[in-house]
Amino acid sequence: MVENISYLAQEFLDTPLKAEVRNLDFYYGSFHALKKINMLVADKRVTALIGPSGCGKTTLLRCFNRMHDLYPGNRYEGQIAVDEVNILGRQVDPIEVRMRISMVFQKPNPFPKSIYENVAYGLRVRGETRRNLIDEKVEKSLRGAALWEEVKDRLSASAYDLSGGQQQRLCIARALVSEPEIILFDEPTSALDPIATNSIEKLIGLIKEQVSILIVTHSMQQAARISDYTAFMYLGELVEFGRTQHMFSQPENQQTKDYISGRFG
Amino acid sequence: MVAENLQTLRGEINQRKLINNLFAIVGLIIILVSILILLALVLQLVINGWSRITPEFFTSFPSRRASRAGILSAWVGTSLVMLVTAFFAVPLGIASGVYLEEYARKNWFSALIEINVTNLAGVPSIIYGLLALGVFVYQFNLGESILAAGLTLALLILPVVIVTTREALRAIPNSLREAAYAMGASKWQMIWDHILPYSFGSILTGIIIGLSRAIGETAPVITIGALTFIAFLPDSPITSEFPFISFAWLKAPFTLMPIQMFNWVSRPEPEFEVNAAAAGTVLLFMTLTMNGLAIFLRYRFRRGIKW
Repeated sequence: MVENISYLAQEFLDTPLKAEVRNLDFYYGSFHALKKINMLVADKRVTALIGPSGCGKTTLLRCFNRMHDLYPGNRYEGQIAVDEVNILGRQVDPIEVRMRISMVFQKPNPFPKSIYENVAYGLRVRGETRRNLIDEKVEKSLRGAALWEEVKDRLSASAYDLSGGQQQRLCIARALVSEPEIILFDEPTSALDPIATNSIEKLIGLIKEQVSILIVTHSMQQAARISDYTAFMYLGELVEFGRTQHMFSQPENQQTKDYISGRFG
Repeated sequence: MVAENLQTLRGEINQRKLINNLFAIVGLIIILVSILILLALVLQLVINGWSRITPEFFTSFPSRRASRAGILSAWVGTSLVMLVTAFFAVPLGIASGVYLEEYARKNWFSALIEINVTNLAGVPSIIYGLLALGVFVYQFNLGESILAAGLTLALLILPVVIVTTREALRAIPNSLREAAYAMGASKWQMIWDHILPYSFGSILTGIIIGLSRAIGETAPVITIGALTFIAFLPDSPITSEFPFISFAWLKAPFTLMPIQMFNWVSRPEPEFEVNAAAAGTVLLFMTLTMNGLAIFLRYRFRRGIKW
């Protein structure tokens, strides 16, 4: 189990520290879902969360944008410090957290509105009404999600006219529009075919030049392909955290080794 | 598999298919019979009343002579009462539904309210009439007015609107709620910008089903003292002087289509039976139009919305 690693940050990470999970416990009612998690998120890098089903990786991801606040009976203990401020603190508004840390979900979930309105919503939600500013940012986000060329002539078409892979890229564009500091990906390719998966993975490689990325994935190959750091979780605990290359070649923990070599999970 | 076994297997399958087909046929016959009976009733009504459905029928007040009697005061009364009913039941019903579904904490108290609301939908309408007589007519001193009747019927259909609103909201997948929240929407923004527009088609259907129920109600309105014979119209809602809108009609006495029908049916002269059939045809047509509108609107709102 990974203990306090904060002092290691400098030698661990090749870029500045963006966020740090400190002794995080999480409870769904009386169920202890996350146990004393300690982890680092490097700025402008991809950090992958892997582990067998039910290990708590999605639960941990959803702590980062306070998604658990939406349902009664959930409780956090410990901290997630983003730029040294604990975003789990009572005085921090979850809406502010969600504007700074956006999320892409497992199944593409565009709003049943036009392509344009899907992306623009991140600006409208703040009361933005300046038409040309919205136009500009929608285009920028769609370009950022490598979708602009495909949809520029049909921005007013329904988002549901797009293919699954395009819908997921639309969701990425939607996540980009508020210019977040971190983007959370919750198994973004599990509902997609290999070609769409490939394009999303490439996209993540491009986006990480601007934002920090945290991705939950079921596929170890995916983690190995796209992430710079990997955290392996098991039964609500963080078993091992380190550079992806190092972790996949010489895992230090026996459980990590077993999982990566496909012996369980 | 041995050939002999295969034979018995086939025999078995055929027998099971026979039972399946038998049920399909019985079901079809039952449906056809009920549709035929309904159709016969409606046709008889229409055939009986058809000769009386003339422009004058709609523009004449009731009269002691059957050939000169019309439904002017009845259809105007019904329209105005429906207006008041919709004005109160729709915002109150949707707001209650949204509150119960999205805001209220799920505990024993909200469960109690939920059970009560569902049960209210099944309360006999005359009970609402008695309640309204005590509260609206006497307590609030609204008299036997359009306002009192509209409020009574609003009360009657409120549970229907609340329940359908909740069901419509529940049908929206949670992933869309989370998507809105993840963009930094507040709860109200999530509801107003997303959940309500996406479920509006279904909510509208509930509203119209409620209104179609209200349009045929007689008992509660008679209880609060609706008149059966009215030979004048309520004050016009539009006036020639400033502020051009008048609410005096709200306090006017009124009659309704079903009451007019009831009145005619209870007359001894057979000519009035024809009038009643004609009024029934018009009422039926009004209800069918409303239901048609519901189907159309649901189709319009759901087009392009799927998940």
